[in-house]
Amino acid sequence: MSAVVTDHEHEHHDHRPSGIKRWLYTTNHKDIGTMYLVFALIMFFIGGSMAMVIRAELFQPGLQFVEPNFFNQMTTVHGLIMVFGAVMPAFTGLANWMIPIMIGAPDMALPRMNNWSFWILPFAFLILLGSLFMPGGGPNFGWTFYAPLSTKFSGDSTALFVFSVHIMGISSIMGAINVIVTIFNMRAPGMTWMKMPMFVWTWLITAFLLIMVMPVLAGAVTMVLTDKYFATSFFDAAGGGDPVLFQHIFWFFGHPEVYIMILPAFGIVSSIVPTFARKRLFGYSSMVYATASIGLLSFLVWAHHMFTTGMPVFAELFFMYCTMLISVPTGVKVFNWVATMWRGAMTFEVPMMFALAFVVLFTIGGFSGLMLAITPADFQYHDTYFVVAHFHYVLVTGAVFSIIAAAYYWLPKWTGYMYDEKLGQWHFWCSLISVNLLFFPMHFVGLAGMPRRIPDYALQFADFNALISVGGFLFGASQLIFVWVLVKCARGGQKATARVWEGAEGLEWEIPSPAPYHTFDTPPEIK
Amino acid sequence: MNKTYEKYYVPAQSPWPIVGAVALFLIAVGAGNFVNEVTKQQPGFGGYMLTAGFAVLILMLFGWFKNIIDESMSGIYSDQMDRSFRYGMSWFIMSEVMFFMAFFGALFYGRVIALNWLSGGSNNAMTFELLWPEFEAMWPLLKTPGGTETQAMPAFGLPLINTAILVISSVTLHFAHVALEQSKRGTLKLMMFVTIVLGITFLSLQVYEYIHAYTDLGLTLASGFYGSTFFLLTGFHGMHVTLGTIILIFVFLRILKGHFTPEKHFAFRAGAWYWHFVDVVWLCLYVFVYVL
Repeated sequence: MSAVVTDHEHEHHDHRPSGIKRWLYTTNHKDIGTMYLVFALIMFFIGGSMAMVIRAELFQPGLQFVEPNFFNQMTTVHGLIMVFGAVMPAFTGLANWMIPIMIGAPDMALPRMNNWSFWILPFAFLILLGSLFMPGGGPNFGWTFYAPLSTKFSGDSTALFVFSVHIMGISSIMGAINVIVTIFNMRAPGMTWMKMPMFVWTWLITAFLLIMVMPVLAGAVTMVLTDKYFATSFFDAAGGGDPVLFQHIFWFFGHPEVYIMILPAFGIVSSIVPTFARKRLFGYSSMVYATASIGLLSFLVWAHHMFTTGMPVFAELFFMYCTMLISVPTGVKVFNWVATMWRGAMTFEVPMMFALAFVVLFTIGGFSGLMLAITPADFQYHDTYFVVAHFHYVLVTGAVFSIIAAAYYWLPKWTGYMYDEKLGQWHFWCSLISVNLLFFPMHFVGLAGMPRRIPDYALQFADFNALISVGGFLFGASQLIFVWVLVKCARGGQKATARVWEGAEGLEWEIPSPAPYHTFDTPPEIK
Repeated sequence: MNKTYEKYYVPAQSPWPIVGAVALFLIAVGAGNFVNEVTKQQPGFGGYMLTAGFAVLILMLFGWFKNIIDESMSGIYSDQMDRSFRYGMSWFIMSEVMFFMAFFGALFYGRVIALNWLSGGSNNAMTFELLWPEFEAMWPLLKTPGGTETQAMPAFGLPLINTAILVISSVTLHFAHVALEQSKRGTLKLMMFVTIVLGITFLSLQVYEYIHAYTDLGLTLASGFYGSTFFLLTGFHGMHVTLGTIILIFVFLRILKGHFTPEKHFAFRAGAWYWHFVDVVWLCLYVFVYVL
């Protein structure tokens, strides 16, 4: 046995393949992580340009640029791309890059499957984007594809939508299995559960949620497919089914899904804040338990998306109280981040700025979520711009800001060069101001009754909408600075040290910058 | 743990993942077009693309598995690697459980809530009066609110025989596993053969049952919520039995070639886990779809 093993091991060590085959055939977690991150960035701009179309149309009341049907396709595909094409792949890319290094593993546990998970995604989104050019247009029923919109009133592209969601789901499930197996089986000796970095913990719970709910989404799209094309009646009352059943199945997936998009963000912020406060994370074990309780509670709150669609009162109250319960572990987390900063020796480099903005702005999104959780109040807020404001605060200034923070934080480790701090600060301040200009007024128009997903609106919302659109265009333009920073950093600059940040702790800072192609072929000592 | 850790095998580059991604792309585009073409009876390229996708997928599976079997037979897999495979398979089965949960959830919701509300339950008296006042909730749903009628699939008879076949096949597969661990290759081969035959018998009887449902009972996909849940649950179960049978056939071929040792037999174990999982799904299905 030994002869074969050593031959094989020496053969591929430190041998970095070149050309296109390196990326197509790769089994290296760093290459795959890079591909995920680049893919997510491209998707972020494609989805973002759709948001620009939406904001251009809504700049003034009345219809000016696009047909209502095309507007609906834009809201639908913008949502699908940002959720499945930008935020989730970005987090998976970070997981691929960082988790093996953070736990002292040589690679992900199942490296070939890892590559398969990635390469499914570009094809899946090619199908989704391609369907926009079909006769009759792409999916136009909202990213939530409620029945009967998606079953009785949808176009021919619905089947392509269904199958592209199927293969995205296959990709996510395989990615999640890989993360879980890696964390369970590949930790270096001495890396006990309660020594794992928070980013690893949050991703473990996220992967668990993915495995539990992505198959349910697959079930939901399958039922939509058979209802539309093969005359089944899951969501058709005339056949004994119920359109509300669709919402139950969809949101059983959908609510854990929003935690899938925020738990890794919590992990990132829990890594960045201690570094720049130069203190250990306050309340590590309570962070772990809070993450686990958010994960478990996320299965008991789905119907708070459906307060207005028909449920007995006891069910509405159950889901209201469970939803409010989630604010307890979330509050623990916010408290711990603030307590970590308390009396710390703080500096304010770009990753820390984005992390700080995350703590403040995510909390705003959390509070508006609490307002939405109150059943009678939700009867007013449901499907207004207040909801849009809420989930964009948690997803843009929450998830996306954390991804940007993570990119700045680990970029020197990935490229070996420091990013341009001044440009980064410009990126931060432009983003911060424009994002609030973009989303904060949405609270006001929403509370005043402006419905979401409609290409036109009543005249009294005109001023705020013009302001929102200006904020939107500025936020979109600000992200071009980010691309500039990334390209500049990848091409060179000041050499980064191994530790990069003065207060940084963890295995990723023990290896050189840039990280070698293969790390930890023999496991490191964990003290 | 330290010793096995150092031998963790990180494979070099592999072409199969990208081939697999292309296969899924062809299948998704092909199926997306095929579904439209079939339901509208238009000619098109969807069917060809779907077939090509499956062909590429089969090619990928052969190539990838050959690669892995070669690696496994040359002995480069450590215990830790074996654990990765086993954890991976268990979580994959967990995801399959959740897939079936979506359909069982739909079934429970329909039976307990939707039909009750359609017949005026909870606070839906007016819905009932205004929409379908002559509708009666019952299970199996033999007459839908819209008026489509069907006959129910009886629980005893063919489905009971099928239940017995699957349960026995799980037992014989377990005997095969025990025989493998005790190095009784003769018993192993016999028991594997019996299991596969039972699996194929089950599938044949399911096909017969579907023909019976469509031609004699008028029970089709289009016959309301009962037909929808009946065919989707048993259909997806049948697809899983088919896949399980194929896995077991390949495991059997490997046994004939002398593969697997009492200590190391991940492929056998994975196939067996999958088979037992499919069996448990059937038991739930038999109780909730056929009997109750």
